[in-house]
Amino acid sequence: MMVTPEGWEAVIGLEIHVQLNTATKMFCGCPVSFGDVPNTNVCPLCLGHPGTLPAMNEKAIEYATRIGLALNCTISPHSIFHRKNYFYPDLPKGYQISQYDLPLAVDGHLDVELEDGSILRVGVTRAHLEDDAAKLVHAGGVDGRIAGADYSMVDFNRGGTPLVEIVSEPEIHTPEQARAYLTQLKSLLEALEVSDVNMEEGSLRCDANISVHRPGTPFGTRTELKNMNSFRFLQRGLEAEIERQISALERGEEIVQETVHFDTGSGKVSTLRSKEEAHDYRYFPEPDMVPIELSAEYVEKVRAGLPELPAARKERYMRDYGLSPYDAGVLSANRPLAAFFERLSTQTGEAKLAANWVMGDFSGYLNAQGLEVKDSAVSVEALAELLGLLAAGTLSGKMAKDVFAAMVETGKGAPELVAERGLGQISDTGELETMVSELIAANPGPAEEYRQGRDRVLGFFVGQIMKQTRGQANPQLLNELLRKALAGSSPDN
Amino acid sequence: MISRSEVEHVARLARLRFEEQEIALLQQELSSIIDYINQLQELDLTGVPATAHAVNVVNIFRLDEPRACLTQEEALANAPATERGHFLVPRMG
Amino acid sequence: MMLDSHSLTAHECRRLLAVGEATSEEITAALLDRVKAVEGRVGAFLQVDEEGALAQARAVDAKRPEERSPWEGVPIAVKDILCTRGVETTCGSRILKGYIPPYDATVVRLLKEAGLVILGKLNMDEFAMGSSTENSAYQVTRNPWDLERVPGGSSGGSAAAVAAGEAPWSLGSDTGGSIRQPASLCGVVGMKPTYGAVSRWGLIAFASSLDQVGPFARTVQDVAALLDLIGRRDPNDQTSLGLPTPIAVPRGESLAGRRFGIIKEYLGDTIQPGVRRIFEQAVEALEALGGRCCEVSLPSVERGLAAYYIIAPAECSANLARFDGVRYGHRAHKAETLHEMYTRTRSEGFGPEVKRRIMIGTYALSSGYYDAYYAQAQRTRTLIIRDFQKAFAEVDLLISPTSPTVAFRLGERTADPLTMYLSDLCTIPVNLAGLPGLSLPAGFADGLPVGLQIIGPHFSEQMMLDAAYALEQRLQVSTRPPLDVTPAKEVG
Ligand SMILES: [Mg+2]
Ligand SMILES: [Zn+2]
Repeated sequence: MMVTPEGWEAVIGLEIHVQLNTATKMFCGCPVSFGDVPNTNVCPLCLGHPGTLPAMNEKAIEYATRIGLALNCTISPHSIFHRKNYFYPDLPKGYQISQYDLPLAVDGHLDVELEDGSILRVGVTRAHLEDDAAKLVHAGGVDGRIAGADYSMVDFNRGGTPLVEIVSEPEIHTPEQARAYLTQLKSLLEALEVSDVNMEEGSLRCDANISVHRPGTPFGTRTELKNMNSFRFLQRGLEAEIERQISALERGEEIVQETVHFDTGSGKVSTLRSKEEAHDYRYFPEPDMVPIELSAEYVEKVRAGLPELPAARKERYMRDYGLSPYDAGVLSANRPLAAFFERLSTQTGEAKLAANWVMGDFSGYLNAQGLEVKDSAVSVEALAELLGLLAAGTLSGKMAKDVFAAMVETGKGAPELVAERGLGQISDTGELETMVSELIAANPGPAEEYRQGRDRVLGFFVGQIMKQTRGQANPQLLNELLRKALAGSSPDN
Repeated sequence: MISRSEVEHVARLARLRFEEQEIALLQQELSSIIDYINQLQELDLTGVPATAHAVNVVNIFRLDEPRACLTQEEALANAPATERGHFLVPRMG
Repeated sequence: MMLDSHSLTAHECRRLLAVGEATSEEITAALLDRVKAVEGRVGAFLQVDEEGALAQARAVDAKRPEERSPWEGVPIAVKDILCTRGVETTCGSRILKGYIPPYDATVVRLLKEAGLVILGKLNMDEFAMGSSTENSAYQVTRNPWDLERVPGGSSGGSAAAVAAGEAPWSLGSDTGGSIRQPASLCGVVGMKPTYGAVSRWGLIAFASSLDQVGPFARTVQDVAALLDLIGRRDPNDQTSLGLPTPIAVPRGESLAGRRFGIIKEYLGDTIQPGVRRIFEQAVEALEALGGRCCEVSLPSVERGLAAYYIIAPAECSANLARFDGVRYGHRAHKAETLHEMYTRTRSEGFGPEVKRRIMIGTYALSSGYYDAYYAQAQRTRTLIIRDFQKAFAEVDLLISPTSPTVAFRLGERTADPLTMYLSDLCTIPVNLAGLPGLSLPAGFADGLPVGLQIIGPHFSEQMMLDAAYALEQRLQVSTRPPLDVTPAKEVG
């Protein structure tokens, strides 16, 4: 964790771009998809052909409204689109259709739970709709980066995908807070089912505005940090930029308002002090589009259709399942995991056991293999069977772990594996009682020592029985029987 | 009179370039047009709303239903330069 | 049989086809012959699709008459601002040389669905910016009434082709007068519909909030029929509403009780005396038909030109940003960097007037100027709309000269952009208010056509066409230019 040097405070605002997972693009009927053959999900409109006009996707409006409501925003009764003008090959019209002074959602907040359990309320200035740019591939040169590339290639498949841009207030002060904000925003968006929220694939993208100042003095000049395409890079990028600004200021240099890039390879922030003129986007109202006027009824309908959000789910897990705040927090943040947990809990009737297993072995398995919940080789039903055996005492905790590993490996069910390996625990009282009395009779010395008060000798007897049963004796039952038998075998009795 | 550097700045924003003698002529032409349109600045229009559309309509939406796309060949048919199924552009800068 | 091209109105073509007096191929061939005979002098067409047109005509002829829809087999020509799938569309610009659209404009699709035979693409001012068609990157179009004079613009090719008898009717587009002014200068009927009546999908944008597609023809009835064919709502264009009701072919010849407002501001010094005289005669004719005419004042329209020359360039500066040499059209050779490619492509591809307007628009929108120019122009627009609303509370329709002058000489105004802009003084406020406007041939001054402009409230097209028809029948203005007796001569 980074410690901001004494006497300095960082001020961070985040701009999050979320690709909506609608079936079609924002303004045309081309499919939204990832990884297809270049320039095959395109039409005259998303190639910016002359004469084409945007036709607004109503699903994108609904998704943006959902996001706005989940972020406690006011949904504007009247919002419009503007043109944001600049030239770039990934922008086929020479302007982006975006929202400017009248965005769809304004004035909300997200309550971010920090590591120490405290809550940081981060204001959400606005959430607005816009269309995504195309994908550029820089070719030739050394390593496919802009600098040094001989030429670039444009694939318009992504161009025109609906985006919601979520702009936070500059109320974040450390890279850890920024990371927590993004993490919780991500699970919120996931719960809303409006986006794939995959940073690697670019469906969730993050830019940051950063400045540093001494508390009590005015804000410093801010820079815009781009290209942080994972949670780790977000944190490292912010750390690097904050460090760069503070050391520059301490050397008496000035911070220039500019866009800076985080190089994920070197871990350094590079500034592009070119002579490029400051952007002048020449915003003006988009004449090809009519205003959006969402009625209170519409907004209430969308609100009523919102799924349970992570914060509410966490509350419910603590209340209904008796989970600790930590467990409830971890499970509720991940929607597929939460759904898995809830079904497992219902099927086993053992909420805490289910929670431990979902967060423990099950998550461990998914992480180790890089799988999503839906790709798991072990179904809810299969795991429920295993936990049933565990709860009934047929398997010990240790054995259950081994059986789980075997289930993952072989795809077989727990009962089958237990039978195959002869793993069933000996919980038959009569059988164990016989073994215990034979053992005590054969070892009068240690039995006497136990009766003298040397409790540790109990371990000797347990060990012997376990050896005899290849570890399959139900340990709890065995303990109980041994104590009773040892006490009962007293010659004084 | 609009200055030479203003003409150059605006030209750069618009990705246009003019020859020496064109710039001088443009300075004159733009200045006389701007003088003419400056008459609007004399009007007191406080409280008058702006009109972006002459016809008042709102909420024209499209269903989220896929439609046929162009083939890659059709998409690239008019392109001045292509490379491996992409549109090709010179290096940035 | 010999078909006289000027007698071939669309209604006459339809009649000939219906009664079997002529085939579509004969009609199409007659018009193509006419094109061959006069194009060397008129220059209305950028492209004539002889083969395609004849093939289409034969396909219609192959159908049994009862299988045909009403206008099937009637030829038409369209302004090169409309995208035609598989047929080069240049918008009069070098930057789109060789561009083959992968799709049809909605209006073109509607024409094809109605079975019309498309003869070719018509010349225009580059990107519809101009009032004389002299800004075409490709060729000069001459006024069929006087080959030394301009046909008006920007739809000069659409007006000239109809006036010269090369096509019975045509489509043009009107952003500040680009249908009505050339219609007036070429002595044909032209109509800009209410903003939103006709889809703009496939109309290459100049100023999106002002552009409308509309018809040209030699008769009011033909204009009405063509408007009816294209006035459809289109889901591809958010701003399109379509016509609320079908347009009926106008037939009535009385204007009893119709109230006409004469726009006082358009009778000032800029109106040529000859134009004023014809206008006054038209007023008398309206009264003779039972109409009541009175003067009305729309003080804000005098600011229309200034507001227009902010709004239209601002919108065009963004609309023309897509011409960047990446996906279609011209690209500069051997540009090393992206910036150089953009700058050289656009500087080579656009003509001077287009660059001038992009410059004005970029300037007006650039940082620090938005409120002074664009916002102020949009507020002025509101005042103009209110003036029209007030006037339409008093009268049914408004009238004025369409153009302050008759057709001017080629080259006469090219040196001074502002004088050229004044050609559209009377037509521009109509676009700013989104109203329908029509220009009807009203007579001649010095042998050159003079048009009367009729302006109506939103979606009052039927009332306007009915009034225009009544006046047309009374005035009986010739639509046959002396082209055939004009010897072919070297000009320019
Ligand atoms: Mg954005
Ligand atoms: Zn598309």
